[in-house]
Order: sequence, then C-alpha cells, then structure tokens
Amino acid sequence: MSFLEYAPAPESRAILSLRDRYGLFIDGEFVDGRGTPFQTISPANEERIAEIASANTEDVADAVAAARRAYERVWSKMSGRDRGKYLFRIARLVQERARELAVAESLDNGKPIKESRDVDVPLVAAWFFYYAGWADKLDHAGLGADPRALGVAGQVIPWNFPLLMLAWKIAPALAAGNTVVLKPAETTPLTALLFAEILQQAELPAGVVNIVTGAGETGAALVAADVDKVAFTGSTGVGRAIAKQVAGTQKKVTLELGGKAANIVFDDAPIDQAIEGIVNGIFFNQGHVCCAGSRLLVQENIHDEVVDRLKQRLSTLRLGDPLDKNTDIGAINSAAQLARIRELSDVGVAEGAERWSAPCELPAEGFWFAPTIFTGVETSHRIAREEVFGPVLSVLSFRTPQEAIAKANNTPYGLSAGIWSDKGSRILAVADQLRAGVIWANTFNRFDPASPFGGYKESGYGREGGRHGLGAYLAPATSRSARAARAVEASAPAAKADAEAKPAPAERSRRTSKSAEKGAAK
Amino acid sequence: MSRLTVPKTYKLFIGGAFPRSESGRTYEVTSASGGFLANAAKASRKDARDAVVAARGAVAGWAGATAYNRGQVLYRIAELLEGRRAQFVAEIEEAEGVSRAAAGAQVDEAIDRWVWYAGWADKFAQVAGNANPVAGPYFNLSVPEPTGVVAIVAPQDSSLLGLVSAVAPALVAGNAVVVVASERFPLSAISLAEVLATSDVPKGVVNVLTGSPAEIAPWLASHADVNALDLVGAGALDWIELEIAAADTLKRVHRPEQGADAAAPTLERIVGFTETKTVWHTKSLR
Repeated sequence: MSFLEYAPAPESRAILSLRDRYGLFIDGEFVDGRGTPFQTISPANEERIAEIASANTEDVADAVAAARRAYERVWSKMSGRDRGKYLFRIARLVQERARELAVAESLDNGKPIKESRDVDVPLVAAWFFYYAGWADKLDHAGLGADPRALGVAGQVIPWNFPLLMLAWKIAPALAAGNTVVLKPAETTPLTALLFAEILQQAELPAGVVNIVTGAGETGAALVAADVDKVAFTGSTGVGRAIAKQVAGTQKKVTLELGGKAANIVFDDAPIDQAIEGIVNGIFFNQGHVCCAGSRLLVQENIHDEVVDRLKQRLSTLRLGDPLDKNTDIGAINSAAQLARIRELSDVGVAEGAERWSAPCELPAEGFWFAPTIFTGVETSHRIAREEVFGPVLSVLSFRTPQEAIAKANNTPYGLSAGIWSDKGSRILAVADQLRAGVIWANTFNRFDPASPFGGYKESGYGREGGRHGLGAYLAPATSRSARAARAVEASAPAAKADAEAKPAPAERSRRTSKSAEKGAAK
Repeated sequence: MSRLTVPKTYKLFIGGAFPRSESGRTYEVTSASGGFLANAAKASRKDARDAVVAARGAVAGWAGATAYNRGQVLYRIAELLEGRRAQFVAEIEEAEGVSRAAAGAQVDEAIDRWVWYAGWADKFAQVAGNANPVAGPYFNLSVPEPTGVVAIVAPQDSSLLGLVSAVAPALVAGNAVVVVASERFPLSAISLAEVLATSDVPKGVVNVLTGSPAEIAPWLASHADVNALDLVGAGALDWIELEIAAADTLKRVHRPEQGADAAAPTLERIVGFTETKTVWHTKSLR
C-alpha cells in the first residue's frame, strides 16, 4: 500500500433532494417545454440524474416576452437599492445552500467536489455580493450619470463552470437593471434549475430571470430572439456564428471564447510554486477551462528539471469519483469532449510530440482521461495551436524573453497568460507585451468578481467582472447629440452657453436610445 | 500677366510614403459645381493590403511610445494643420461648395479636435482602467491597451472633420490606422496626410486610401490582420455584409453613424479601440 492509497471519503448525496423531471423556468414558474426532453447524466458513471425539458423557439419567445414584461413593468421601475437587495438575498441563499449546490455541480459536471465546494460555489456567492452593491451606484460605473439598462439580455453559458458562469452573467445584468433569459449548457443544466428554486425563495419578481434548457438550437433561438443584449461564453466557432447572426442588428454583444494560454516559466522562477501553478493552470477542472495554461513555455536551461518534476507531481494526483473529497482530477464532462481530447492527443503523437500520461487507473464507467504531458512540441503542432479543453499540456521551450513573448503571442487567441519569475521588472515588461486579457504573475487561474476577465483577438470581446463587466450591461444616458454638445463645449467655449441652454433630450425609448449607442459592439 | 499655377498630384499615403495606386487607376474629383479638381488615386485591394502591412509594422512602436509622447505628436498635428489652415479652407470651399466661413469652421473644428484628443493620450488610462480589490494577496490592475490595426471607413459627407474625428481617437491609445477617405471629397485627406507625414507621426501609423469604399472596405473587413473595423462612414454601403465578414476573425466592429454629429468626440471612441488587460501579481514578504 503506497502512501497515496487511503479510504474513500465521498461527500454525501443525501443533501440533494432532486426532482425526477425539471421544466423550463419562465415567468417565475416551472413549465413544460415543447421540445423533446433529454436526460442529464453524471459523467463519472453515466447514471441518469433527471429528465430536463427542452425549449423550442416558441418557448424561447415566451421566455423573452416574460423578461420583456418584467423589464417594462417591474425591474426598470424598481430602485437600484431594491434591485441590490434582491441580489444580496440571492447571494445569501447561495451561501446557505452552498453544499447542496456543490454536490449537484460535481454530480452533473464531473468536477472534483473540492473545486465545486471551495472555488465554484464560493465565487458564485461572491459574484452576487459584488454586483449587488453596484445596483444603486451605477452613476459611478464610468458611463456618466444615470446610465440606462439595455433591456432584455439573452445569455448562453458553457458546461465547464455551470453555476459560476450563470453568476457571471446574471449578477451584473440584474444589477444594471436588465432582465434575463439564460440558457445553460445541454450537459450541465442541473444547478441552473436549483438556482431557479433559489430565485423563488428570494421572491425575485416573476420574469426577471428565465431559464430555458436545451441544446445548441435553443441557444441559437435565444440569440435570434427579441433581446437587446447577447452574452455568450463558449467556443470561438460558436462565438463567430453569433457575431454573424447579430450583424446588422442593434444588439449589444459580449463574447468570452476559447484560449490557448502560454504559461511562461523563466529560469529564476520560484520552482516549487511554479510546478504547483503549472499543474493548477492546466489540470484544474480537468483542463476544461478557457483560460487554461495549455502551452507551457519553459526556459531551455530548466526544461528537463521542470518536466521531471511535473511528471513526479502528476503521478501523485488522484483521479476518480468527483464526489470524493480527496479527488484531484474528476471526470471529463461528456463522451463528445472525451473523443475530442483523444483525437487531438493522437494527433499530437502523430505529429511527432512525445506523450506521457500519469500512471493512474481509470474507472470502468464514465468518461476519463489521465493527466497528460506532451514534450518536444513545436509551434506548428495542432496541440500547440488548437484548444484541447482537457487535461493535456504541451511543453515548448525558449531561450530569451523576446522569444517567449513571440511564441506566447503566436496564436489567434488572447485570453490569458502566466509568467513565473522572481524578477518583478521582467514580469511587468513581459506582461506589457503579451496580447492577452488576463495575466497571472507567479499564480494562475485566479478569479474574483472585482477583476475584469475577457480576451483579446479571437478570444472574444467585452469583459466580465469588475466595473468593466457592469459596463457591458449599460449604455450612457446621453444620446449622441448630447455627447456632441458636450464635445463642442469642450473644444469651443463660445458654444457652451448654447449647449447648456438646450440640453439634448435624453432619449428614453428603447429603440431610439439603442440606435444612439453605436460604438457599443466593442 | 497672371502666374500659371502648379497643381498637385494627389496620391495615396502608405507606410509614410505617397505612392500611386499599384493598379495605376485614378478617378476624377470634381468641385461642387462640376469643375475638374484632380485625378485622385483609386486604391485597389493590393493597396489596402499594403496599407495593413504598413500599419501592422507600426503598431509596436506607436503603442510602445509613452502616452506623453503620443499626446505631443497628436498636438503637433494640430500645430501643423493650423499653419496650413488657408490651404485646407480653400480646398474645402472648392470641393464642398460651401462658404469660406463654413469651410473655415470645419478646419477650426478639426484642429481643435486634434488638440482635444491629444490631451487624452496620457489621461484616458486613468479613467478607463482601475485597481481591483480582489479577495487575496494580489496586486491586481486593469489597464486599457490598443486593439492593434484599426480599419476605418471615414464619414463620407465631409472633407476633413469627419476624417479627423474618426482617425484621431483611434490613435490616442496607440492603434495604427488604415482609413478609406470620403470618396467624393478625398483631396483634403491626402493634404492631411502631408501634415501627418511632417508631424512626427511614425510612418505606417496612419495610412490613407482614396477611391471607392464599396470596393476597398470588404478587403479590409475580411483581412485577418485587422483587429477592429470602424464603419462610422459606411452607412451607405452594404455594411451588414462588412460586419459579417469581420466576424470571421472576431474583429471589434463599430456600426455606422449618420448625421452631423457622426463620430462626435467622446471618451468612448478612444476606449472603443482598446482592450482591457488585467494583471494579477502575487504579494509576499518572503
């Protein structure tokens, strides 16, 4: 018996009281969907968890209509203070039911309970707490006094952080005064439906948040529906399709898409921390992370040492039951994703990289992939260019900071990057030159509601988190003509009196004020 | 006996040089009353691609310049434009058929707009960025950085002011620009390029194309090395197709604006061509 073998310590499922069937959450109630229902399963053992309704185009239209009514009659008229109080209530309810949510998340998604319990769910509560406080302080959001909500937000989220992505989307939208129709991912709808129950407990007015479950067609229907804002997190391919779909409309869009982050390790890095950071960077959440540090760039003179120590460390990771409190690596979320990871790994070998997988036993049932490292990877290899979205790390080397920067930026993505060095001035200089939206220095995969998150280039546009994330759901109060008057005021003192005497009318109607908000599609 | 004047050949402005269109094409530019003014260069797809290459080459230097330096260079443009005010007034008067006072007002506003944007260069990051109080021992800072290469379809109904209103804000943060000038009023755009060429604006930072926006814009919209597309003056084009083409590489797209206050000076126009970068740095006494 090695020191790694000890008794199972599973978190109890008894805390869950799941229903056998879940409907769509529209206008404050669960209703039947008109699409064909589907089963959500646990990826760890392929057991059925519950039957989930599927929303067709009419269901989506109903949800959007409910959101529109709630926006016009209730939410847009409510004070920011009261909106904030609802969000505080939600944050508290999430904390109260934290363990239940964590168990449900690990069951439905396959991620280790220690991650859902210690990362996902606490951040969900933090996100609602953070944005709750903004609701009555929108004048300070950076868009000038009295900014407007956009209206109805259609939000489509992925399966890798189901409840956390829900919080990233719903909290700022509601704080800014929008109402919401959210579509969870097909394979992970469970916690969104538990969240709907939390909304009922919070007595959030009906229609302010609507949740429509289903597959990709449901999401496409939502993007096409009469919404004022589209927020999407997911693959770059789908993001591109959404950008085309909304072209020519007045819909405001934010896209948080794929990544192929470089994690750069200089030879003066604190090596123990770096090894932990590299492991956390790519093997956190089975590598199902858009900002995962999937390309390790190691300075050439420490390459062999880093690779050896990584292999040692990976050999101690425990892969298995997501609900076991000792599990480090959980299940791959779906059969389809597992196939994609296997395919790209095979391509890695075929293209000449050397594969090493941690020697761990994979359970017979469910979807599993051992933590894997590829060495001898070249920048032209597909495993160095394409997002694997799994526990697969590609190792490349570099000699000079310039080479590291060039290699790191040699990707159409630009979501995140990591830098490991003991030299502060070098960290800041390298950070300046990396074309990525989030950069972690001597750490990786840190998230906080106060910290903006989002990508450069083909990793999407717009930010989530912080003041910037709030701005994604707001428009300035001023119409374009009012802004012009302000600028005349700024550049020509003589025109000032005139501009003040005739303030441009604040365009309040939904359509006209949106058309004034042209630069919005950033 | 009156002196015979020396008319100017109006060419493109790419990478700091004034080439003719590689296609050899020109088109006739006439005054408001229909008289001949010049044969302007009619830029081709190749010219547009050359301009993007020049712009890409200029991004690192311009974005890497200090904000103070960028502000001084932009202010320098205003100084030189002021010195050539009479030339621009005459050009606009003739091309647009407006009164001297109206042409003068347009030039004055254009000059003042450079001054206004010049002043933002070393300030907008303080307004658009911030420190983030994250729950942990981290120094966490969000700053705006330039998006990269910005392709612009300039407002089509003015010679100078529309062009300046579209180009100046993109330059503030450190982007490089490829701009398609007004098809009907292209001459002031090339005269402005002469100002830019002598204002310490590094070569390639601004590239000016004249010709048909309907012909050139699709190549810029689909160009994989363009990061953002400003369609401010593209209202009369099939701009939805341009937005769709831009989606292939997820360019940031700014939709068309109509009316007298199109491209009005705002902080949003600067920030709209930036990306927020957030850097987390550990704090430790160790």
